[in-house]
Amino acid sequence: MDYETLMQIFGSTVRLGTPLLLACLAGLFSERAGIFDIGLEGKMLAAAMAAGSVAAMSGSAWIGLLAGIGASLIFSGLHGLASITFRGNQLISGVALNFLSSGITVLVAQALFGQGGRTPPLDGAARFNPITLPFAESLQDVPLIGPLYYQVISGHSILVYAAVAFVPLTWWVLYRTRFGLRLRAVGENPAAVDTAGVSVVGLRYAALAITGVLCGIAGAYMATALQAGFGREMTAGRGYIALAALIFAKWRPWQALGATMLFGFFQALALRPDVVESIARFKVPVSMLDALPYILTVLVLAGFVGKAIPPRAGGEPYVKER
Amino acid sequence: MVATANNGGRQATAALTPYAIELKGISKAFGPVQANKDINIAVPRGTIHGIIGENGAGKSTLMSILYGFYRADAGEVYINGKLTPIPDSQSAIRAGIGMVFQHFKLVQNFTVLENVILGAEDGPMLNTSLAKARKVLGDLSREYEMDVDPDALIEDLSVGHQQRVEILKALYRQADILILDEPTGVLTPDEADHLFRILNGLKDQGKTIILITHKLREIMEATDNVSVMRRGTMVATVKTAESSPESLAELMVGRKVLLEVEKVKATPGAVVLAVENLRVKDDDGIERLKGVSFEIRAGEILGIAGVAGNGQSELLEALGGIARATGRITLKGVDLPLVGLAANGQTRRAAGIAHVPEDRQHLGLIMDFSAWENVAFGYHNDPKYQKNAVFMDNDALRADTERKMATYDVRPPIATLAAKNFSGGNQQKIVVAREMEQNPDLLLIGQPTRGVDIGAIEFIHKQIVALRDAGKAILLVSVELDEIMSLSDRIAVMFDGQIMGTADPETTNERELGLLMAGVSGKA
Repeated sequence: MDYETLMQIFGSTVRLGTPLLLACLAGLFSERAGIFDIGLEGKMLAAAMAAGSVAAMSGSAWIGLLAGIGASLIFSGLHGLASITFRGNQLISGVALNFLSSGITVLVAQALFGQGGRTPPLDGAARFNPITLPFAESLQDVPLIGPLYYQVISGHSILVYAAVAFVPLTWWVLYRTRFGLRLRAVGENPAAVDTAGVSVVGLRYAALAITGVLCGIAGAYMATALQAGFGREMTAGRGYIALAALIFAKWRPWQALGATMLFGFFQALALRPDVVESIARFKVPVSMLDALPYILTVLVLAGFVGKAIPPRAGGEPYVKER
Repeated sequence: MVATANNGGRQATAALTPYAIELKGISKAFGPVQANKDINIAVPRGTIHGIIGENGAGKSTLMSILYGFYRADAGEVYINGKLTPIPDSQSAIRAGIGMVFQHFKLVQNFTVLENVILGAEDGPMLNTSLAKARKVLGDLSREYEMDVDPDALIEDLSVGHQQRVEILKALYRQADILILDEPTGVLTPDEADHLFRILNGLKDQGKTIILITHKLREIMEATDNVSVMRRGTMVATVKTAESSPESLAELMVGRKVLLEVEKVKATPGAVVLAVENLRVKDDDGIERLKGVSFEIRAGEILGIAGVAGNGQSELLEALGGIARATGRITLKGVDLPLVGLAANGQTRRAAGIAHVPEDRQHLGLIMDFSAWENVAFGYHNDPKYQKNAVFMDNDALRADTERKMATYDVRPPIATLAAKNFSGGNQQKIVVAREMEQNPDLLLIGQPTRGVDIGAIEFIHKQIVALRDAGKAILLVSVELDEIMSLSDRIAVMFDGQIMGTADPETTNERELGLLMAGVSGKA
């Protein structure tokens, strides 16, 4: 494998890792606040459908993005209602919302466009198109740096750069702001927050709102940047992979970047069976490569990453004790 | 001597009233349970005011109302003479009330500083708040003799230090009124003394302190006035100097109570239990019990004193067959298995060891199961509970439970009621009845009176002594020094997984035991 090919794979690693990264940061906010959200998948899917549909109808990717965020926020709100206000089981609420999303996205897309649950192909302004950074073309032939800049750093849509920017932003919010302190505290010991006179419910809803926005961007990216339109079950378990990456990252933002890019790398490899074959020197079945990210997920969840201690109050509705 | 609120109501002006807090006619019901009934109390400024009462007397509910955790159904709260509604904790904090809960409300993996500023930050960015808190904390620590490393993580601090962080949290919020709920339950005698020095320092600065406790000795030592609650009502408020432990206990329970355990001198017989070089490792491979050896004879109570977490739990679990161990345990000359499948609670019970575990809600009972089901646990294979080879004889079991409930005065005596619906004391009586009625050779009993009210304490202590007098061996583990000193025939003190020393309850004192508990082997 030559350097050029490696850079191409890294380029698609970034493209494929981006929705994972956004979903992972989304999960980071809710889980740090003590709300387990296995509904990342459903939110992404709902956002992808809403973004794809609205972008197709309006011709604007940006309006599509807003619609995607809106759809995801509705799902977040439902999760909050079930698990914060009514103190329901967070896992069950998340699973239910995933099922709801899986069905309703196809139903709505079919009702709107009648194309078998897909949205029409998007192009032009209805998509987030790759941005070529300055000098990317001219530097392309410079050894080492040229292909790195051209393939890996340049040539992504605005949402990819936004996703990467969310990593330091998340770190800063979490560790340098009052909101972050309270958010981390409410996921560890909500009673401490409550007795300090801060609303546990308010904080948790705020966290879920951020989760909703980030999942919305992730879903919109899937439908209007990575692909050209919404397709049935297009998120393909990325919400769950993001959760695995979150555990891998031990609920920390920079590590989330690393973990999601690792998963993205495996997805990128699956797209290049020729490369894998040339390295492995035998034919690796494509389905085997497709399964790689999921196998890695299982390994991560089986505890091969060492001890990952989740936020202590995670999964438990907060009830004032007597 | 009764100093209840009675200063003419409306015309009292803010500046003149000597009371930091006045509660008037506070009532609060949870469903059919009237937790507080028309409570009146007035706490003079700059005093330490004790509130005592049995479990469920309504002390915590009253303080939760004062801290804005619950809204009262009726009644008014006056702070410094001014009517102050307290709908939430934020209002309580604004009114200058700080609360140190029995179970600390700290974030374990935050630093001291982060915990202190949580909810009291000076703006959306943290660094200014942290810098200010660092300075204020330094001043407070010097002023009140409370050194705490501001950058230490809470989980690395001892409970005594964690409690200081809670007090600092309140002071950082400029609390003038500090409420402490059962503050000494987790402290060594030295730490408790230190706490009272801190509280006296705060009092000298004009702060008002409310101390909720069930320990009469602390009330007598530390408070200026004391209010007694019983079954949701305020029974009396008296000057501490004019009261006595006996009179307070009588007010609490509503009848005369024996505070001293009545027992004759032990007449130890043959060795029942011999433990040699017992070692236990926890799940992380850390040794928690580091080579403990002792003997207990028939008709003798060996008391194990020590601050919680120094290997007492592991000792009980190893003896009870719950934890794997190395070393040697012999019961009446027979070696008991320490590892493998044969080492379990069932075989230990069959061998004659009954076990009242320290944590009755997790190890002793299943809270959602009824009393009669709980009475069967551990003895469910007993032939007398079997109808035939397949079915259990539930009627016999229920009848047996009702008999035990009558003997042990469990209230209400309803065998079908779920364990969680009994008070702490009655839950404990169910466990004690189950274990003692098996007539064991050795009784392991951990924290027999934790969370148990005075009336039930008296009863359980009597049962323990009666079992001893019946010639049984008893291993008593308790963090309550009073209990250890009054019940034990011999005392062993544990520290860091080892027995630091032994003492004779007749001749020892709290000072000596306290030193041993702190790991100082200063044998006089």
